[in-house]
Amino acid sequence: MTAVLEARGLGKRYRRRWALQDCTLEIPAGHVTGLVGPNGAGKTTLLSLAVGLLAPTAGTIEVCGGVPAGGAEQLAKVGFVAQDTPTYANLSIEDHLRLGAHLNPRWDRSIAQTRIERLGLDPTQRAGKLSGGQRAQLALTLGLAKRPELLILDEPVASLDPLARREFLQVLMEAVAEHDVSVLLSSHVVSDLERVCDHLVVLVDSEVRVEGEVESLLATHHRLTGPRRETDSLPADQHLVSASHTDRQSTLVVRTEAPILDPAWTVTRLGLEDLVLAYMEVPSADTRRNGDARKPALEVLR
Amino acid sequence: MIEFTLDGRSGVSPYLQVVQQVRQALRLGLLTKGDQLPTVKDVVSRLAINPNTVLKAYRELERDGLIAARPGIGTFVTRTLTDDSFAAHAPLRKDLDRWLTKARRAGLDDESIEALFMSTFRSAQEGVA
Amino acid sequence: MTWLTWRQFRTQAATLYLAVAAVAVVVLVTGPRLHDLAKSGANLFDNLTKSDQALFFAGVILVAAAPAIIGAFWGAPLVARELEHGTHRLVWNQSVTRTRWLATKLGLTTLGAAAAVGLLTWAVTWWSSPLDGTLSQSRGNLPGRLTPVSFAMRGLVPVGYAVFAVVLGATLGIILRRSLPAMAITLAVFAFVQVAVPLWVRPHLIAPATVTLTFSEKALDSISGSPSGGPDRIELNTANHGDWILTNRTVNAAGQATALPAWLGDCLPGPRQPAPSTPTTQQAPDITACLDRLNAEGYRQRIVYQPVDRFWPLQFAETGLFLVMSGLLGGLCFWWTRKRLS
Repeated sequence: MTAVLEARGLGKRYRRRWALQDCTLEIPAGHVTGLVGPNGAGKTTLLSLAVGLLAPTAGTIEVCGGVPAGGAEQLAKVGFVAQDTPTYANLSIEDHLRLGAHLNPRWDRSIAQTRIERLGLDPTQRAGKLSGGQRAQLALTLGLAKRPELLILDEPVASLDPLARREFLQVLMEAVAEHDVSVLLSSHVVSDLERVCDHLVVLVDSEVRVEGEVESLLATHHRLTGPRRETDSLPADQHLVSASHTDRQSTLVVRTEAPILDPAWTVTRLGLEDLVLAYMEVPSADTRRNGDARKPALEVLR
Repeated sequence: MIEFTLDGRSGVSPYLQVVQQVRQALRLGLLTKGDQLPTVKDVVSRLAINPNTVLKAYRELERDGLIAARPGIGTFVTRTLTDDSFAAHAPLRKDLDRWLTKARRAGLDDESIEALFMSTFRSAQEGVA
Repeated sequence: MTWLTWRQFRTQAATLYLAVAAVAVVVLVTGPRLHDLAKSGANLFDNLTKSDQALFFAGVILVAAAPAIIGAFWGAPLVARELEHGTHRLVWNQSVTRTRWLATKLGLTTLGAAAAVGLLTWAVTWWSSPLDGTLSQSRGNLPGRLTPVSFAMRGLVPVGYAVFAVVLGATLGIILRRSLPAMAITLAVFAFVQVAVPLWVRPHLIAPATVTLTFSEKALDSISGSPSGGPDRIELNTANHGDWILTNRTVNAAGQATALPAWLGDCLPGPRQPAPSTPTTQQAPDITACLDRLNAEGYRQRIVYQPVDRFWPLQFAETGLFLVMSGLLGGLCFWWTRKRLS
């Protein structure tokens, strides 16, 4: 399987603050990858690096086998729907499609036209008068009709109402089913991504916390509930993700390939949202996948 | 033709929900041999889910010999589940009834019964997995 | 990319070119009379109406203001508005590199501005050509085309200014990322340049000529008095009225700049106590004797000037200078857009 995005030691610093740090990541082709994390975790920074809007301070990133925004050919391979889906307010929908046709060699007119027709939009309407959902659809149409290999969307549904959100994701998923396009989209709301993503990257505090196929992530993460006990007594093959204790009870989230045999635990499966939330909690030293030495390890004491 | 629905809060993964819904429809006789399943694109655009999810569900159903894809035409049901399962339903139900009576007699209320059943069911599932 | 630039730009372009067309109409209506008058050999200045003079200065102001306005309204928002509305994130992710995007946008806008200002200047220059430097014995004169008042509003230089103004505006917009401050600073910087260039740069574009003259009534331009009473400054004219005089200084026999001798005040007729700082022009018949005595004592007038026939060389030099500055700023634009924007 080839990677559509490959980052090695990628970092971006704004003056003295690292917005993204030591990010090593491989996103396989043919997937819909969700990039989740709280606001300010570095999602937009990572996506901006991927489309070449930003240049890395450290490390390297390759998208579809090339340096982001490295030339017209590279730009043609990657579509981008930016946060808040910017459009030219005083240009009409028709003008936007013409813009796309003029600026993209692989432009697919029929895709663009069909989408606009199905959305029931008047092509002569100015983009500035569209609703948020319609504007997002227009931006998505531009991104899809460009026929990219990878379509990157930054918080595409964050500002949409539930109906517009659903419609947007429907169009996006339909495009994935119909055309051979990989998708990378970010969101700070996991439930937006639950249905559409089959690959997940969790970004917290400028670092990648966990990454992998959704199915296998769900299969390998468990919530253990049982009488209170110390977390360092866990078997070596169980990685502690998060832990919380009352005076009687301990609730742990662990990641393990092996079955959990200890009868003291009540084992439950985790939903995607709980899984992501577990990673967003205060990190402990042994949850760090790459043993980051720059930050002091934090004790889990709750 | 059937329509799929997804329950976001069930905790069951979307692909499994699709599989279960097809199996259930087969079991209840809603789908019979020769019926066409919705195309991946239709399911995707209705539910706004990842096409790989639908593909995976269909692949699993195909592996189980329940459906077959005819390239360019669609996906069709090749076998029904009604016959063999219907026959087994009645005795199983009887067993369950008997077990429920026993549980009540032991002093379990409805909630306890459900909790006991679900936890046993889950641990049995885990054992299989 | 050309299409998009045109689509974004066409309203502004239409507005400007309509304005230029309006100016052209005024020029065509009022211009021919002046050209006919000039050909007829009559004293043109004495035949000018008040509105002719007003139009003359209106032309000067128009050509002076046009590049500044275009720079502020076209150049400054060129990239800044995209950055403000976030549309750069849309357009930079089409299959066109940032460099090509900026090159097309900046190139076409600059061309459009240069052509518009070129046409405007051509019209105004033609209209003003009979009037430039017109003399009248009784009522003063109109500035010649080499003087700071008119030089940068004639010929080719305004085109260079227009190019510079647009690139300056674009650069400031790119650096500041906001249209409004970029527009204000563009106007301020451009106004400063318009003042600074004739004061400190233009005189040295070509090494100025120097001439040392003896005093004569014919060459005498003015004698001005100091606040304390006596004359402290004599100015002479060069042989050609259209020359641009940079310094006009009295020197002694040794060739050093010097004050006028004390006796000159007694020699010259006229009011003994002129109002403070009010220049007086002396035209008494015995002034020749005073001037002759100055010559005899070795006083001379040294004039540093740009001769009138250097109009075009100076035009080319200044236009070139502005194009070079535009080129440097343009380079900064591209560098900043590639490396610093996101």
